[in-house]
Amino acid sequence: MAETPILEVEDLARYFDVSRPWLQRVLAGEGKRTLRAVDGISFAIPRGTTLSLVGESGCGKSTVARLVVGLYPPSKGRVVFEGMDLERARAIAEQRRRMQMIFQDPYASLNPRWRVKDIVAEPIRAFGMTPGAAAQQAKVAELLTQVGLSPLDGEKFPHEFSGGQRQRISIARALSSNPDFLVCDEPTSALDVSVQAQILNLMKDLQARLGLTYLFISHNLAVVRQVSDRIGVMYLGRLVELAPAETLFTTPRHPYTRALMEAIPDLEMTGRQRIPVGGEVPSPISPPSGCPFHPRCPLVNDRCKAERPALIPARAMKQGLTACHAVEEGRDGGVPAAQRIGTTATAL
Amino acid sequence: MAPLLEVRDLRVEFPTRRGVLTALDGVSFSIAPGEVLGVVGESGAGKSMTGAAIIGLLEPPGRIAGGQILLNGKRIDNLRYEQMRRIRGREIGAIFQDPLTTLNPLYTVGEQLVETIQTHLGLDGAEARKRAIGWLEMVGIPAAAQRVDSYPHEFSGGMRQRVVIALALCAEPKLIVADEPTTALDVSIQAQVIALLKGLARDKGTSMMLVTHDMGVIAETADRVAVMYAGRIAETGPVREVVKHPKHPYSAGLMASIPPLDRKVEHLAQIDGAMPRLSAIPRGCAFNPRCPEVFARCLVERPVLLATGATEAACWLYDAASEKHAPEAMPHG
Amino acid sequence: MAAVARMLDSDLFWSFRRSPVTVISAVVALICILGAVLAPLLAPHDPFDVATLNLIDAFKPPAWAAEGDAAYPLGSDDQGRDVLSAIMYGARVSLLVGFCAVLFSMVVGVSVGLLAGYAGGVVDGVLMRVADIQLTFPSILIALLVDGIARAALPSEVHERVALFVVIFAIGISAWPQFARTVRGSTLVERNKEYVLAARVIGISQLRIMLTHVLPNVLGPVLVIATLGLSNAIISEATLSYLGAGVPQTQPSLGTLIRIGNDFLFSGEWWIAIFPGIALIAMVLSVNLLGDWLRDALNPRLR
Repeated sequence: MAETPILEVEDLARYFDVSRPWLQRVLAGEGKRTLRAVDGISFAIPRGTTLSLVGESGCGKSTVARLVVGLYPPSKGRVVFEGMDLERARAIAEQRRRMQMIFQDPYASLNPRWRVKDIVAEPIRAFGMTPGAAAQQAKVAELLTQVGLSPLDGEKFPHEFSGGQRQRISIARALSSNPDFLVCDEPTSALDVSVQAQILNLMKDLQARLGLTYLFISHNLAVVRQVSDRIGVMYLGRLVELAPAETLFTTPRHPYTRALMEAIPDLEMTGRQRIPVGGEVPSPISPPSGCPFHPRCPLVNDRCKAERPALIPARAMKQGLTACHAVEEGRDGGVPAAQRIGTTATAL
Repeated sequence: MAPLLEVRDLRVEFPTRRGVLTALDGVSFSIAPGEVLGVVGESGAGKSMTGAAIIGLLEPPGRIAGGQILLNGKRIDNLRYEQMRRIRGREIGAIFQDPLTTLNPLYTVGEQLVETIQTHLGLDGAEARKRAIGWLEMVGIPAAAQRVDSYPHEFSGGMRQRVVIALALCAEPKLIVADEPTTALDVSIQAQVIALLKGLARDKGTSMMLVTHDMGVIAETADRVAVMYAGRIAETGPVREVVKHPKHPYSAGLMASIPPLDRKVEHLAQIDGAMPRLSAIPRGCAFNPRCPEVFARCLVERPVLLATGATEAACWLYDAASEKHAPEAMPHG
Repeated sequence: MAAVARMLDSDLFWSFRRSPVTVISAVVALICILGAVLAPLLAPHDPFDVATLNLIDAFKPPAWAAEGDAAYPLGSDDQGRDVLSAIMYGARVSLLVGFCAVLFSMVVGVSVGLLAGYAGGVVDGVLMRVADIQLTFPSILIALLVDGIARAALPSEVHERVALFVVIFAIGISAWPQFARTVRGSTLVERNKEYVLAARVIGISQLRIMLTHVLPNVLGPVLVIATLGLSNAIISEATLSYLGAGVPQTQPSLGTLIRIGNDFLFSGEWWIAIFPGIALIAMVLSVNLLGDWLRDALNPRLR
């Protein structure tokens, strides 16, 4: 574990100016409005592992994905790739080739006017990796085979494929520059379940075979459990809990994490009444003071409303970080017994 | 008990320039009073189209080309638009995935509720408004008496879907067709909306057809479930049976490919391939190219729904006349 | 062969065949274009060959009239020129100016729109304000202005030589904002699509992304505007020529012919103005109808 992580993120933040146009703003007499999409988060991803970020829409997880590959410059903090500041790393083709991204929407992530072979070969050409048309063709064929498509599919256009097949093409494109680090932004959420399983299996196989490191973004806790080594739970632009996958699922500590798990409809729960979390996610333009979860939290007190909790080792746990005053003070009833999820619940 | 809704051998076609596509082919099911039927399937399976056919809102050029839809024993599939409009709202309420398409942005939610209540129940303005506020309270909108005069855009996504539910329920229909009512919502909001729908259906004795791709939502809400594939019903039965002991190889594969929340599995079960396009539905059983149990008969003869245990599956495995024996029930849980 | 077969099987061709109005428009447009392009081969006379002109042949009515002459199917004008031949040669000029003007405004408009939409920010603001300002002037006014400036600034013999280009520029420059606005709108949508992000993650240069990824995906609506723009350009040219500000006298376009015929309209020789007018209407209307069909056929929501 002494090895340096492939990716480190330190106090990363990204703010967006969502003010109305200047003239309207002046006429209405309002100030500038800032959306704090990501508001000071830190994590590291060791080589060959998967870190997942989960959260509901608007929690900033996709913004993190885009910050990490340099699509947005950070407003604060920094991203360190292989010990090198991201901006410097991205300026070097050899470093840039080592990070790739897979997107959510298989219908928008492939240029509809390009043939599949050109889509897959784009990174190869951009990095001048395989000179010669014949060698390139062979490489594309190999990549298509690797993701479970036929080399003949290269001649087709994206619209001739189903959603799952398109996602395979996306993966082939991402793999074509021999990357070490893949950012996967909701890679299966636009897919049907049976196809989702295909893609998740493929991604796991590829990780095992090629030693890839993943940053996996998802809103689906069950999917995240299948692929992750560690999981970060995000709420309103902040990490509220960061723990090894098994620890998070067996002993979730943050009240939001627990609420999320409670809320998920589980197949085994046929007939059981769930306890929904009250309230809705507040707007990230005017987030609540103190802990962002406090308006919905059952354990809220005055300190939660005033003071922002830091992400610190959770009390009475060997592993895992939690940003919660209640956990820190032991007001949460201590380490929960195995959560009542899944099979244990059907016994009722 | 006589069913509230009965769909018999429904066939929906889309004429295109490359020939007529059959989007629904021989779909039959019924919903008893007070029952919640879940209709589940992957995109393109025809589940939303079934709902649209029932409420008479098939998108042109789609058309009902065969079969019957009966509400309380009366045919509603051949009604004219005006007649159907009266049934929609009064007898069948509809909830769609995107609440914004259901709500008129130019009117307050109160005006929309009052209009529906007045049209269908014939109450006077003051009484209708009182009812409208009552419905908003019932679907859990805080400060309903004030919010009743707000416009749809002033509500958040989850609250808007509650308004849509109130709008679908306020004329006290006997049947609700809910098409992906929670898909656009976040998990934590989803749970609230499901709990609400379920509670209201139970309290009012309303029947519901719940169309969704989310097996978890079905498992939690429905009494019975129909699994659709390529415009046909693959399996139908009590929700617990279909979830725990699916008989049709497609439903079995579908259940197994859902990632479990309570454990990590090394390799998720997957169904290879993809659902066929409507223009290329294979002969015999539509699932035959992807089916692990496929045998000769499946390639030529289209299976009918066959009773097997507590469920019915459209699979030749369960016909004694077939040369093949039933596989073991899926080990699950 | 395969390409032809694919075209005949395409959705576009299918929707074309299903609309009789469109088919008729296409036939009319094709006749106009062929007649114009092949005028030197098809026209019965060469109206610019002064040697063949004879004042005795002047003011001949159309062939079917009592005093008509079969050699002048649509009659002749005050100089003894064959009206049909003059129309064919005039349509040549009208079409040439129209095509070139559209091409010019398309190149300018697409470049500006692509740049504005992709770069965004200040670049977008400045370019689009320029377009807005230009759109507040009627296009014919801009064309007259350009023409006037060119006439004043250039010595007359130079102007005579470049007059055609001046007209093309004058008409083209007034139409680019339409292209720019449309392309900018589509570019704003495309640039945030994930295939563009994927190219950015790889580190493809912005110019290359604009040209190879975004451009091919924003060209659909451009085709429609170009078709509709063609009929507008032809009308603009006719208007300018009618007002005497257009193409030089030595190369009369349909507008010029109508102006010349105008003088005789009420003295009995109606055919000199009316036939060029009908040709102009047929050309513009057919191109317009084709454009309307193309717009509907390429709009996925109307399919």
